[in-house]
Amino acid sequence: MVKHSNEPVLWSLFSAGGVFAAFVIPVHLFLLGLAFPLGWIPAPGYQYLHALVTLPLTRIYLFALCFLALFHWAHRFRYTLYDGLQIKHLNELIFVCCYGGAIFGTGLAGYLLWNFH
Amino acid sequence: MSNTQQAARYTEYHPRWYRTHVSTWWWLARWPYLKFILREISSVFVAWFVVVLLLQIRALSHGPDAYARFEHWLQNPGIVLLNLIALFFVVFHAITWFNLTPRAMVVRLRGKRVPDRWIVSANYAAWAAVSLVVVWFLVRS
Amino acid sequence: MAETISLEVLRYSPEHDAEPSFQRYDVPVHKDWVVLDALNYIKDKVDGSLTFRWSCRMGICGSCGMMVNGEPKLTCATFLSDYAGDGSPVRVQPLRYFPVIRDLVVEITDFMSKLQSVKPWLIRGDEKPVSEGEYLQTPDQLDRYKQFSMCINCLLCYAACPVYGLDPVFIGPAAIALAQRYNMDSRDEGAHERMDVLAQHEGIWGCTFVGECTQVCPKHVDPAGAIQQYKLTATIERFKSFLMPWSKNEAAEK
Repeated sequence: MVKHSNEPVLWSLFSAGGVFAAFVIPVHLFLLGLAFPLGWIPAPGYQYLHALVTLPLTRIYLFALCFLALFHWAHRFRYTLYDGLQIKHLNELIFVCCYGGAIFGTGLAGYLLWNFH
Repeated sequence: MSNTQQAARYTEYHPRWYRTHVSTWWWLARWPYLKFILREISSVFVAWFVVVLLLQIRALSHGPDAYARFEHWLQNPGIVLLNLIALFFVVFHAITWFNLTPRAMVVRLRGKRVPDRWIVSANYAAWAAVSLVVVWFLVRS
Repeated sequence: MAETISLEVLRYSPEHDAEPSFQRYDVPVHKDWVVLDALNYIKDKVDGSLTFRWSCRMGICGSCGMMVNGEPKLTCATFLSDYAGDGSPVRVQPLRYFPVIRDLVVEITDFMSKLQSVKPWLIRGDEKPVSEGEYLQTPDQLDRYKQFSMCINCLLCYAACPVYGLDPVFIGPAAIALAQRYNMDSRDEGAHERMDVLAQHEGIWGCTFVGECTQVCPKHVDPAGAIQQYKLTATIERFKSFLMPWSKNEAAEK
């Protein structure tokens, strides 16, 4: 029996992350990065945002977003480095840096959201 | 050694066949390739958004002063420019993703394949709906 | 319309040349001539040493694939009149990403062995005896794989695929599309056998959905679509085998 690669798992994370990112990141980034700082739309106040993030559902949503978006990046960037720069000989290093980075970011998100007060 | 492997080894070592080396800049040679690489680069800006989001969460948990400093940082012209570019790329990601979805997921209703444009339209409609929900949650005092 | 058109054809003679070089030929333009007609004119009247593959000259055999002005094309289906406009020569080169044997002829053994490895034939657990009649198939069942059956093995998709160019170990668009043609065929029972080959890293997972293979395919096979669909199938199978290891495919036990 031939050993099957673990790519399906990584690809699933990439796909789920891609879907999630496609649906929600544009509006989030538009608001957070442009509309609120530039005053086009009045930004939500500190109290309201703090209360919103305290809700368990919000924290789960934010954690899922960070986790999936980071693994989407890791998978796509890994292949871009393979193909775009033709540095396949650094395969293992790229693999570790990309998914390692995603794991680190996910851990950070989990830590921040779990300890949010 | 299997036939496939034998054929591959023979192919690899044949001395007189000419093999063109693929340039590192292969992706600049044709527009479709460049568009592809730009699409892949959009993932970096997806990761950038996560960074900004994490900074926001951290600032929120450190109190109103810290959050005010975060908001001030977001108004920095360099950061605004970066976020503008990032927005372009994440929108590019969303558009290319929705347009390619029907090719990866074939939906069949009663035996017939659902036309691609229905799936694409459904994606865009859902995108608008989800965006409105997020706006509803965030645009208020 | 101009009376002649220039072709710059890449020549490579392994006996004499260390590297390929372009040779320019002026060819009379006839209405409805294709690049293949020009190449045959050159071989018949100008330079008999020009070497290239062709056969049906009507877009069904898949022999005449070459690069025309940097794009993979069937030369029997590429009209000179599309290029005659600005007077610049039409560049004809051998199919990209394959080793060149001579002039415009490339070595395709790699593809042939990959095609063989995906077992592009109907695999059945039990063969019905002829007396029991044909395997029946509804039009809807045919529709599921018909597009992938249109492949003529012309290899234009390989010439367009940067992943194949960068790493020839990649099994490639046509091989996967043809595997799917059989996987999706209701008469076939061999999907799990093909999965061993396809689920490798050099199988479907090297593909990053550039999509150029589909753009250049002269038969509208959409190999990119076939590959992405198979990624989904392979992923579901993987999760199934992980989450429900007790439900093994019966035929796999044989």
